Amino acid sequence: MEKLMNWVDARFPLTATYKAHLSEYFAPKNFNFWYYFGSLALLVLVIQIVSGIFLTMNYKPDANLAFASVEYIMRDVEWGWLIRYIHSTGASAFFVVVYLHMFRGIIYGSYRQPRELIWIFGVLIFLVLMGEAFFGYLLPWGQMSYWGAQVIVNLFATVPFIGEDLSILIRGDYVISDATLNRFFAFHVIAFPLVLLGLVAVHLVALHEVGSNNPDGVEIKKHKDPVTHRPLDGIPFHPYYTVKDILGVVVFLIAFSAVVFFAPEMGGYFLEANNFIPADPLKTPEHIAPVWYFTPYYAILRAIPPILGSQFPGVAAMGVSVLIFFALPWLDRSPVKSIRYRGPKFKIALTLFVIAFIGLGWLGILPATELYTWIARVLTVVYFGFFFLMPWYTKNDTSKPEPERVTLK
Amino acid sequence: MNKLLHILLFLPLTAFASGAAVPLDRAPVNYKNQESLQRGAAVFVNYCLSCHSANYMRYSRLTDIGLTEPQIKDKLLYATDKVGNTMSVAMRTHEAKEWFGAAPPDLTVITRSRGADWVYTYLRSFYRDDSRPTGWNNTVFDKVGMPHVMQDLQGHLAPVYRSETDHEGGTHQVIDRLELAKPGRMTQAEYDALVGDLVNYMAWMGEPAKGKRLNTGLGVMLFLFVFFLVAFYLKKEYWKDVH
Repeated sequence: MEKLMNWVDARFPLTATYKAHLSEYFAPKNFNFWYYFGSLALLVLVIQIVSGIFLTMNYKPDANLAFASVEYIMRDVEWGWLIRYIHSTGASAFFVVVYLHMFRGIIYGSYRQPRELIWIFGVLIFLVLMGEAFFGYLLPWGQMSYWGAQVIVNLFATVPFIGEDLSILIRGDYVISDATLNRFFAFHVIAFPLVLLGLVAVHLVALHEVGSNNPDGVEIKKHKDPVTHRPLDGIPFHPYYTVKDILGVVVFLIAFSAVVFFAPEMGGYFLEANNFIPADPLKTPEHIAPVWYFTPYYAILRAIPPILGSQFPGVAAMGVSVLIFFALPWLDRSPVKSIRYRGPKFKIALTLFVIAFIGLGWLGILPATELYTWIARVLTVVYFGFFFLMPWYTKNDTSKPEPERVTLK
Repeated sequence: MNKLLHILLFLPLTAFASGAAVPLDRAPVNYKNQESLQRGAAVFVNYCLSCHSANYMRYSRLTDIGLTEPQIKDKLLYATDKVGNTMSVAMRTHEAKEWFGAAPPDLTVITRSRGADWVYTYLRSFYRDDSRPTGWNNTVFDKVGMPHVMQDLQGHLAPVYRSETDHEGGTHQVIDRLELAKPGRMTQAEYDALVGDLVNYMAWMGEPAKGKRLNTGLGVMLFLFVFFLVAFYLKKEYWKDVH
């Protein structure tokens, strides 16, 4: 065995890689609940890739066959219903996990120096994931698939000057059609997953270069053992965090399986009722709402009134509401990273932001009445206020002193 | 395109509200009641399948609700000759459009889009309306193109109106309830039971794997709970020296 390892190590850095990323990657010992969601995101990615491969074996990317092939998977393919429910639930689970993972980054300042690039790669992953989910949602070719895609692609048509051509380029046609389905299939099963995997790889490489942040937001590399040069507050990722993450995985799988087996439609939020009607280009559904994970941005889009008859301001605001996350490392001027040592101003701002995010998500599901639109406008202001006012309220906050070493609570 | 987008995004969506105006009765759905499912399958094949298809449903799948292949062949196979075929329908789409104004939708997953309660209420809410080309209307689906195909069973219902005052103070007539104007071959309770069986069957047909899904789910959950204990104590053991 040792001989074999030596043979391999002379040709490929197997032992060195194992040490660098697992057995001698030192992670802070004080990770809490919020630190499960990174590894869980990786798990969901694997679940989606594997279930996706099996779906591809029976799915037909053809406007005349797509809907029927999904029902074929649900009925005639052995365990096909399970594969499909795993994939559809996995899509929502991905966003649940990623939103919580991002929230963790915000409360403990994980995006702050020296982890700006980890954060940027992460936001890129988030953007690609949104695209991946959007393309995938067209594939069942139900009414919501069709009209959801119609609405979203039309957003690009509002871009001044090039919009019309841009939307035709995306669709490959003047309306959502077979050509659109084919290219979305290509994007969904190969183009975006490849980019996603690459970004996840660099996200992890960057993380392991600088080391993980922790709930106290202090650097464990500042206090190293003089002999071994290991961080005093660090523990090897393997076995400590591998066994801990297994526990997180089991709890996650319990929740995930509860949905897959007992509520795969999740009351119409994971699988929408209208998507059990085949796509009909001549019949617009009465109420078009995106899947729940897009609704906060959709609510922002609807909240911005058109200017000079153009919807572009709303579309631009929606774009900015996602892209603004990139700027977070430079908007935050607080002397401390973790919410544990921040002052009341940040805590209030963050609470308002969470209310705005969830509130917008809720409003995005509902029809836009006049009252709801006004609430959405207020929440949109709060949403952007969290980011644009951040340099001031973080700088003038009364933060507490950070401890020298991490604390175990 | 901008205009379409505007309509889609900013439509006050009054249509949405009108869709759910009628209170729905609860459908007696129970995927374990095989006798009900078998009765429902017979009603479905006899009454629905002449105009509606169930294109994703194979006759052979009816073995899941306790029927044997010879039974399916003898009693339920009218439109085709092979039990491995799907429940397709001979009527052509363009003919159907001419006759009813809209092609009858495929019914395989109709309970998953409309909901079983909606279908159950709908099938019991046809009433006479001479202003309609078919002579029929429906309280759940106003101006529906479908005639009441089970009128010989249920009989004819006629609407009873009441006046209602709207926000602006004007009064207009709305349907208060439906009353039996001409009895059919069944009593109301018998007809409700028949539609109950039918909708139970349609709900089953919407997801034939449901029983297997729930059973498998129980096994998976049981396994995960045991796994949780193992994982919990494994973690505790490894972490006992971390202070």
